Amino acid sequence: MNRSGSVEIDRLIQILARLPGLGPRSARRAVLHMLKKRDSLMAPLAAAITDVAEKVHVCATCGNLDTSEPCAICSDHRRNRSIICIVEEVADLWALERAGSFSGLYHVLGGVLSALDGVTPEDLNIASLIERAGSDEVEEVILATNATVDGQTTAHYITERLKDAGVAVTALAHGVPVGGELDYLDDGTLTAAMRARRPF
Amino acid sequence: MPPATEEYGLAQTAHDRAADNIVAVSTAASSGQMLRRLTLANFRNYRELDLRLTDIARPCPIVLAGPNGAGKTNLLEAISYLAPGRGIRGARLGDLTRLGAVGPWSVSARLQTPAGEIEVGTGMQAVAAKSAGETEGGGNGTDVEDPSSGRLPERRIVRIDGSACRPAGLARIATILWLTPRMDRLFVEGSSARRRFLDRLVLGLHVGHGREIAAYERAMRERLNLLTHHGVDGGDPAWLTALERQMAEHGVAVAAGRIDAIGHLTEQIANQPAGAFPKAVLALQGLLETGLQTMAALQVEEDFARKLAANRALDARSGRTSEGPHRSDMLATHMAKGLAANLCSTGEQKALLVGLLLANAAMLKAREDRPPILLLDEIAAHLDEAHRRALFESLLDLECQTWLTGTDMALFSPLGGDTLRLSVQDGQILEAA
Ligand SMILES: [Zn+2]
Repeated sequence: MNRSGSVEIDRLIQILARLPGLGPRSARRAVLHMLKKRDSLMAPLAAAITDVAEKVHVCATCGNLDTSEPCAICSDHRRNRSIICIVEEVADLWALERAGSFSGLYHVLGGVLSALDGVTPEDLNIASLIERAGSDEVEEVILATNATVDGQTTAHYITERLKDAGVAVTALAHGVPVGGELDYLDDGTLTAAMRARRPF
Repeated sequence: MPPATEEYGLAQTAHDRAADNIVAVSTAASSGQMLRRLTLANFRNYRELDLRLTDIARPCPIVLAGPNGAGKTNLLEAISYLAPGRGIRGARLGDLTRLGAVGPWSVSARLQTPAGEIEVGTGMQAVAAKSAGETEGGGNGTDVEDPSSGRLPERRIVRIDGSACRPAGLARIATILWLTPRMDRLFVEGSSARRRFLDRLVLGLHVGHGREIAAYERAMRERLNLLTHHGVDGGDPAWLTALERQMAEHGVAVAAGRIDAIGHLTEQIANQPAGAFPKAVLALQGLLETGLQTMAALQVEEDFARKLAANRALDARSGRTSEGPHRSDMLATHMAKGLAANLCSTGEQKALLVGLLLANAAMLKAREDRPPILLLDEIAAHLDEAHRRALFESLLDLECQTWLTGTDMALFSPLGGDTLRLSVQDGQILEAA
């Protein structure tokens, strides 16, 4: 398929082509481009990838990705520790951080419930969430799962499980069409949704 | 994001082709909702087709005449995929691909709307067996069919002005309504066909109706999956409760949409003068539809969620969801005779259906300023001359783009001079003499 003549280059193309958004054609283009800029691009990229692969891990508290444990957000004492915002994926956490409208802590579920796809509560970071929400310093939990059926089912499920935790449960005011994903929202929309959150 | 267009073959069909099967039809200016161009690739018996209707002044009847098997109904079917759902035949996506075709089928169109011209494309992408981590949840712009079947999943992809969207999003673009010979038994067969007919009527007024149905059905399938695999508590009662709340929210939205649409249709029928087609009295039958007549939506939602919880054992045993808007029905009565539609003669049933469709089109035109596109398959041959003339007069009054098929072009002569007449032969289309 990717016959470049070199086994090593073909292997690189094949790996790159597995990345989201890249196909075989764009992977070949990317590799050729890197090979042309070996010193200014390829070597620093290789070093950066090695660095991240070695040092980054999942924060045991919130599920964020970082080099420190707990992550920079969890260990930042200027942040409001009484509010936890629940998101599906790290990408959603990043989106909210980019918008800069939230100063509390996060909890990354790692997906959404889906009986049809075989994703159960045990596959998500829900038990650890229930435990965190049970601590005295937590007063509010914000549900920021996507407005999809599975995202909202997960939100309802968490609400059920938090019934006796003694925390206020609120949800982002999504003015988002069903199927909209946080990651795709602009910062202004996210900020407005965060400000206008309501009891769930 | 879905992969690039090269794999869909959609970009390709949008290009001009110097192929042998291009038809350009001229007549001039513009208004109303209509197809201006239709391009097919590997669809049923069409290898490729580029039908251009660029110079038509306004929506008019379009007659497709030709021998049986020429591809007249296939063309209507292709157009029906510019709406959400499974088209006029309810076919499997994979069955639409032309036999012997290398790539999957695609249909694209340039649609003229009051808001300007829109490019719409749809087609099938056969996806390879799912490999972990490569499919993102839900996947924008796709619909997976038959997740339980052993075959490779088939995805329908949709693009509107170049951006991927879900098939349900097509409802925003155009309302497409149809009558086909297989709907002749609509009033006597099971309720599912009537529900589909009803929901397509609703879609014309409420573009979000398809999304509500899809969300309701998704939650319903998830709940049933938990019940059949883990029994009454689903392994985790809170999970079932969460799904039942979703079913209640979306289910009530579905029922409310139906009530609203039937209300407007009933009003339209009441205000229309009596004509060749009998008037129908419509009634909705269903748990939520009935509940909404007397209770607030929130109350109906609560009650339905409770009912679903109470039905868990029953549903787990039977392997089906015993109550909900997926079991509702639309009942029709011949107004003048006071007779239920299913007890009327075959001819009367057909006339009732035609009357309903015309009333719905008139209602949409009056309320939404968005007349639907109509697909009428083999309709002329099944009506006597008086009804045929009455139908044609109504169609000309409505000023909808109406696609009609028939074997005999002569039957359509009362449609007059503003009609486009095309002859279909072996997947080829020619302007008729
Ligand atoms: Zn953390």
